[in-house]
Amino acid sequence: MKQVMKLAAASTVALGLAVSPATAAGELFLYNWTDYIDNTITDKFTKDTGIKVTLDTYDSNETLLAKLKSGATGYDLAVPSQNFVDIMIKEGMLIEVDVKSMPNYKHVADAFKKPSWDPEQKYSSPYQMGTTSYAVKKGSGAGQCASLKEFFEPNAAAKGKVGVFKTPEEVVNLAHIYLGQNFCTEKTDDLKAVQSLLQGQKSSVKVFSSEGTMDRLGDGVTLVSNAWNGDAMKRRLKDDTIQYCFPKEGVVGWFDSLVIPKGAKNVENAKTFMNWLMAPENMALLSNFANYANAIVGSDKYMTKDMASSPEVQVPSVPVKFGKSCGPKYTKAIDKIWTKLLQ
Amino acid sequence: MAVGAEQTRRTWWLLSPALLTVGFFMVLPMVILLVFSFMEADPYGGVDPGFTVEAYVQLLFERDFDDTLAYTGIYLGIIWRSIALALVATVGSLILGFPVAYYIARQNTRTQNLLLFLVTLPFWTNLLIRTYAWILILSTDGVIEQPLKAIGFLDGTLDMMYSNGAIAIGLIYTYLPLMVLPIYASMEKLDFRLIEAASDLYAGRYRVFREVIVPLSTPGIVAGCILVFVPSLGAFVAPDLLGGGRKLMLGSLIHLQFASSRNWPFGAAIAMCLLAIVMIALMLQARSSARRRAMEVA
Repeated sequence: MKQVMKLAAASTVALGLAVSPATAAGELFLYNWTDYIDNTITDKFTKDTGIKVTLDTYDSNETLLAKLKSGATGYDLAVPSQNFVDIMIKEGMLIEVDVKSMPNYKHVADAFKKPSWDPEQKYSSPYQMGTTSYAVKKGSGAGQCASLKEFFEPNAAAKGKVGVFKTPEEVVNLAHIYLGQNFCTEKTDDLKAVQSLLQGQKSSVKVFSSEGTMDRLGDGVTLVSNAWNGDAMKRRLKDDTIQYCFPKEGVVGWFDSLVIPKGAKNVENAKTFMNWLMAPENMALLSNFANYANAIVGSDKYMTKDMASSPEVQVPSVPVKFGKSCGPKYTKAIDKIWTKLLQ
Repeated sequence: MAVGAEQTRRTWWLLSPALLTVGFFMVLPMVILLVFSFMEADPYGGVDPGFTVEAYVQLLFERDFDDTLAYTGIYLGIIWRSIALALVATVGSLILGFPVAYYIARQNTRTQNLLLFLVTLPFWTNLLIRTYAWILILSTDGVIEQPLKAIGFLDGTLDMMYSNGAIAIGLIYTYLPLMVLPIYASMEKLDFRLIEAASDLYAGRYRVFREVIVPLSTPGIVAGCILVFVPSLGAFVAPDLLGGGRKLMLGSLIHLQFASSRNWPFGAAIAMCLLAIVMIALMLQARSSARRRAMEVA
């Protein structure tokens, strides 16, 4: 039901996008991941600034890139992960904004002030950060969060009950971690190992999808599923039947940023939003909803108790490896592996 | 002469909206696709200039990680699965749609209008939403399973979601009205006295059906089958949502190439293949119906 409502909301938004004049003052068209922002945040932004926010959603970095590449314009802000910020900068798809000169930039933690994907912070301001791993249905016998083996080579209990993301990027990076390989590896042997791992996993897969993953896990349609930490936390708070895993091999880390794609009509409003969100009280509001950590100093003061004590957010002593943007040769190889997998 | 030229000009003038519509909305996009299918893929989406038949080679041969070419049946397999599922959808909606159309055609005008209205009613809501409704119906502990469990008929789960069966149900549901309406249209013109006449001449029910009703409604059946088969072949929503993405169909394969795989030329080449399959099917149909007409005349 939730999905249906979400869809209805998305259609309304799409309709709004079509009929309202995009250039009118006081508007902001935000292109964001599904379930990554809600009214409590946009309403406060509208109250504080008078700018009306219209939302449209996507389900993966790949979809975002494909949509913008296909010439979709009219979005004032998008939320790519670090490696895709890098690609979009190199492909000349972003408008320069100079985030450093914004008043609220002072709240950004020092560790995130010179990110490798945008060292001068010319294009991107922080949104949220988190990890990608898998989650298990508690008490199902499908796993104890011990090793990525539970996800890639599921046991008998999990056979035919595994949920995997629909796009390759994060799944393949987890496979690299499990197999002890480097990200972006172009070695034939490495790629073949990834391919046979995923092909072996497929016989246990119930569904390839990036949306509604935690609902399916909570409802027992899947017993092991790809997961983002915040997404998993949302479901855990609801009925406490799932556990987000930090397997010993490690997890994939990501850092999402706000960027302004070329073709944006309300650049000033987009900058206003970037600056507004870097204020601790506003960023905390976002973290309270999305259940992810952020890079803003002082935002923890405004966070809920659930967030402050979240086992999904505190990373235990396992490695966190951040995805990088890889070369065309690697990208093509992964595409081949994935198409072959889904055939 | 002058009058003739004047007339020709007027004819073209009056035809121009239709020609522009066809040219702009049908021919132009296809030409773009055709051109794209012979270009090089940009690794981050879009196409790079340069002529290559790589996209078509890729349909049958795969380049291994070390660049050697080897035959692959992957895409033929996907094409075959799509054709098979589209056939199942066509036959399924024919079996369901034919009696419905017959029933409607035998009612009085008032009831007919009401029933036709009801048949078209689903088109008033968004296809995505209707397909999501099927997720609720078919899913574990969904609308079907819960009552069965309540009365003790079912233990565990039927596991209906994310299967070929679920895709077929979705396709039949979606395109059933496109089967009912043309069959109804040809049955509406059917002279029901012919059925009475056949019965009077001691034809049994089955014979009446086979030798009177079916031949007279053949145009509608053929039109219905085409209208269901063609969109089923390229369907995207039902396979994607109900099939769980484990078994690709052509529509999802094309979408994948334009979205996450970022291989537009290949996506365009598959679209061209899909177009070719549909054209061949239509040509075969046209030829067989021409032969039938010729036989009738003879």
